[in-house]
Amino acid sequence: MVKIISASEAAALIKSGDRLLIGGFLAAGAPETIIDALAASNIRDLHVVCIASDWENKGIGKLVVNHQISSAQVSHMGTNKEIQAQFNKGEISIELIPQGTLMERVRAAGAGLGGILTPTGLGTVVEEGKDVIVVDNQPYLLEKAIHGDFALIKAWKADKLGNLVYRKTARNSNPIMAMAGKIVIAEAEEIVEVGELDPESIVTPGIFVNYLVQSGE
Amino acid sequence: MDKRELISKRIAQELHDGDYVNLGIGLPTEVANHIPEGIHVIFQSENGMLGVGPAPAPGSEDKDLINAGGGFITELPGASYFDSATSFAIIRGGHIDITVLGALQVDQHGNLANWMIPGKLVPGMGGAMDLVTGAKKVIVATEHCDKYGNSKILKQCTLPLTAKGKVNLIVTDMAVLEVASYGLVLKEIAVGLTVEDVVKATDADLVVPEQVGFFGTE
Repeated sequence: MVKIISASEAAALIKSGDRLLIGGFLAAGAPETIIDALAASNIRDLHVVCIASDWENKGIGKLVVNHQISSAQVSHMGTNKEIQAQFNKGEISIELIPQGTLMERVRAAGAGLGGILTPTGLGTVVEEGKDVIVVDNQPYLLEKAIHGDFALIKAWKADKLGNLVYRKTARNSNPIMAMAGKIVIAEAEEIVEVGELDPESIVTPGIFVNYLVQSGE
Repeated sequence: MDKRELISKRIAQELHDGDYVNLGIGLPTEVANHIPEGIHVIFQSENGMLGVGPAPAPGSEDKDLINAGGGFITELPGASYFDSATSFAIIRGGHIDITVLGALQVDQHGNLANWMIPGKLVPGMGGAMDLVTGAKKVIVATEHCDKYGNSKILKQCTLPLTAKGKVNLIVTDMAVLEVASYGLVLKEIAVGLTVEDVVKATDADLVVPEQVGFFGTE
């Protein structure tokens, strides 16, 4: 069953060294309430998987500024000078991953797959150290699944079974990250009773979700 | 006409009615301002939307409605939202008709470098590698030369590639260049220039057909 907890209780579940899959795209749809609780904690040495490192004062950027992240798998960090500075000083290790590949690698983990085959990155530095597999005369890169100890995600509405509905472009990576965390903590703007959400509108079924946090609390 | 307007106006002529289009950040975004009359295209934003509309009026921004550059947008009738994996299935799966992207370098083999300058600029590739790999037609929008006057249209890219051999058309402030199996073809030159001007300003080897058109007339 899904448990409703506070953001600080959510942060207390996470330990230094854990791997976090964090939803959001340039902070739209980022679980800001949980991130704020993490930023207020002493948790360090996090490995973060996310689309972008957002801005210094928004989204994942807040954890970067606090030096709480030691490594990241990310597709874009151009909006965050701090993570680029830490990267150039060798304080944070970064694997840059094409955004579509990143999403499929996380989705693969959640779907019980070992990885995926993609043409993206062939003939570029992304190919280095990876197996090229030929299927029907077409080459593809073998990209391995990415798992998380936790997925931290943000929904618009949740019911008390953990069924989630998103809003506009704040959906982005959240439904994907929700599939691949061993423990999934979803922050929602509104938590409603079971039966109040239209089953046809549910994007993330509650089976993926372990904990709910009320946004802004 | 300034260089950016010249480039974005010419690229807009490549759009067909009904095309699904993804525009990169920066100069490519300006293509949307010059869509020819009678042509309706649907814009995708890779953060999970089809049917992107113009920027909202000040005061009516929605925190949950942004484009891939983080700017506020609006939704047009018929818009749809989807997750990032679906968005990149659309991109990688060959469902986008045209993508327009900027360049640090582009070469005569259709290779594009637009995401990294080692040691200097490491923003990450974001969605660019998937877009260049998967879109049906890849158009590069770039100034012909960098700020030092060096050609950005090269024989061979020296920066890390975004994708290998995927560029179809290059539109600059000087020329329209098509990547063909037999070389980089000079299709059009900007009004006021000569073929020699373009050849002189270009590092890449150009195939110059007997007839070269002009662009940039109003």
